Amino acid sequence: MLLEAHNIGLRHPNGHWLFRNLSISLRSGEIVGIRGPSGCGKTSFARILSGYEQPSEGVVLLDNSPLPKTNYHPVQLIYQHPEKAVNHRWKMSKILNEGWTPDDHLLTSLGIEREWLNRWPNELSGGELQRFCVARALGPKTKFLIADEMTTMLDAISQAQIWQSVLDIAQKRNLGILVVSHDDHLLKRVCSRVIEFHNISYK
Amino acid sequence: MLEVNHLSISFLQYEKGLKQQQLKVIKDLSVSVHSGEILAVVGSSGSGKSLLAHAILGILPTNATTEGTIYFDGVKLTPEKKEEFRGKEISFVPQSVNFLDPLMRVGTQVRNAARGASTSAQRKAFERLRLAKDVEQKFPFQLSGGMARRVLASTAMVSGAKLIIADEPTPGMDPTVIKEALKYFRELADSGCTVLMITHDIGAALEIADKIAVFYAGTTVESAMVNDFSGDGRLLRHPYSKALWRALPQNDFLPIPGSQPLPYANLPGCLFEPRCAFATTECRQDEPKPREIRNGIVRCIHAT
Repeated sequence: MLLEAHNIGLRHPNGHWLFRNLSISLRSGEIVGIRGPSGCGKTSFARILSGYEQPSEGVVLLDNSPLPKTNYHPVQLIYQHPEKAVNHRWKMSKILNEGWTPDDHLLTSLGIEREWLNRWPNELSGGELQRFCVARALGPKTKFLIADEMTTMLDAISQAQIWQSVLDIAQKRNLGILVVSHDDHLLKRVCSRVIEFHNISYK
Repeated sequence: MLEVNHLSISFLQYEKGLKQQQLKVIKDLSVSVHSGEILAVVGSSGSGKSLLAHAILGILPTNATTEGTIYFDGVKLTPEKKEEFRGKEISFVPQSVNFLDPLMRVGTQVRNAARGASTSAQRKAFERLRLAKDVEQKFPFQLSGGMARRVLASTAMVSGAKLIIADEPTPGMDPTVIKEALKYFRELADSGCTVLMITHDIGAALEIADKIAVFYAGTTVESAMVNDFSGDGRLLRHPYSKALWRALPQNDFLPIPGSQPLPYANLPGCLFEPRCAFATTECRQDEPKPREIRNGIVRCIHAT
């Protein structure tokens, strides 16, 4: 499958363009990194690719057709702050099974303890919550994953743990991953190519 | 300069109905820093790093009880002393940008937090951290995440405090600004200030710190010199520190299975034993006592 963004632009209500003419393509099985200074619009771009936000101009295409508006979204986004991406009034088991039911094998490979399923989100640390967010996004219909600073807030061991299982699953299921990060070492380690954000956009 | 001895923190929680329980989240934690030194505290999230900072400042919530002693400059820190020193002798860079007052312009805020620092000192700090001139006239909601963090960091820099506690000062900033902020902390330390930097970014810690304390599940498993974090991690003493070092993407990127035990777990022996590749039956029996090995302190009975 092919995920393409054609000449994407995003404009603030006051008329100022955050970015314009942003084009990128990502194939299944490919892992691509995006790097850029803070505040340049990386997160907004990630939200547009995964259908959370509409661009002011340009289109996002999945195999030459627009992104679906209903049903399971084939492009899943993982946020930097897991505590903001979960419902605080739901217990972890409900959060985990929101989109699909992950099997035991996936939970084990992500290091999710069964005991956590009965907890509330505020009783887990950021690293523990992020594992749930990753498991939740890896449903069988997921074709592309957008990892927006997925492990920035986590310690090195949790980071390695989450990335190793994500890379493993991506390889098995031929997923495409777009990695947004500041960490050059991480990008070098996981990506096949790295794009500078300002090289693909022109104001 | 700063000495924390056998600190324990527990929270009183409601279980069900009116039944309460004491939940011990930090157990027997000790760190010490001399003046002119930077101590970096590293460890996984949920290991109690921020709680240590809050305990030193005396800003823990009311349902928390602490045991153990904290000495600052030879003075034992009591709740009254903590209040007296806070903002003057001891300055704090909080982790969350929510600590900024949403209704105050950030320039004023920084000067107030530093108890009447001069405008020129504040402008100089802003300039160093590459904050534009008009930023001081802005309200927190007008700033990006990285800018808000820089505003927080500048508070400590203009305060003239003897002890700076910085809780995760770097995430969200881009690499050039991180470098500048770290350099600033180093300069402050070189001029006689003591800096306690809490971080999970080992790269940043290595760049400026003199000593590194590694936290795991609410206790210090090792305190090491910066040079010990090099090569394949052979110089490190505790298996957790070694695993942390090897998990970095610039090293092996190798995780270890399992996760940190929750405070409810109540393991009798070593807290790292369930995940440790070198664990033996003795590890499960008694809590390991801190031992001094090769100029560092480690809590592991097998360390050499």
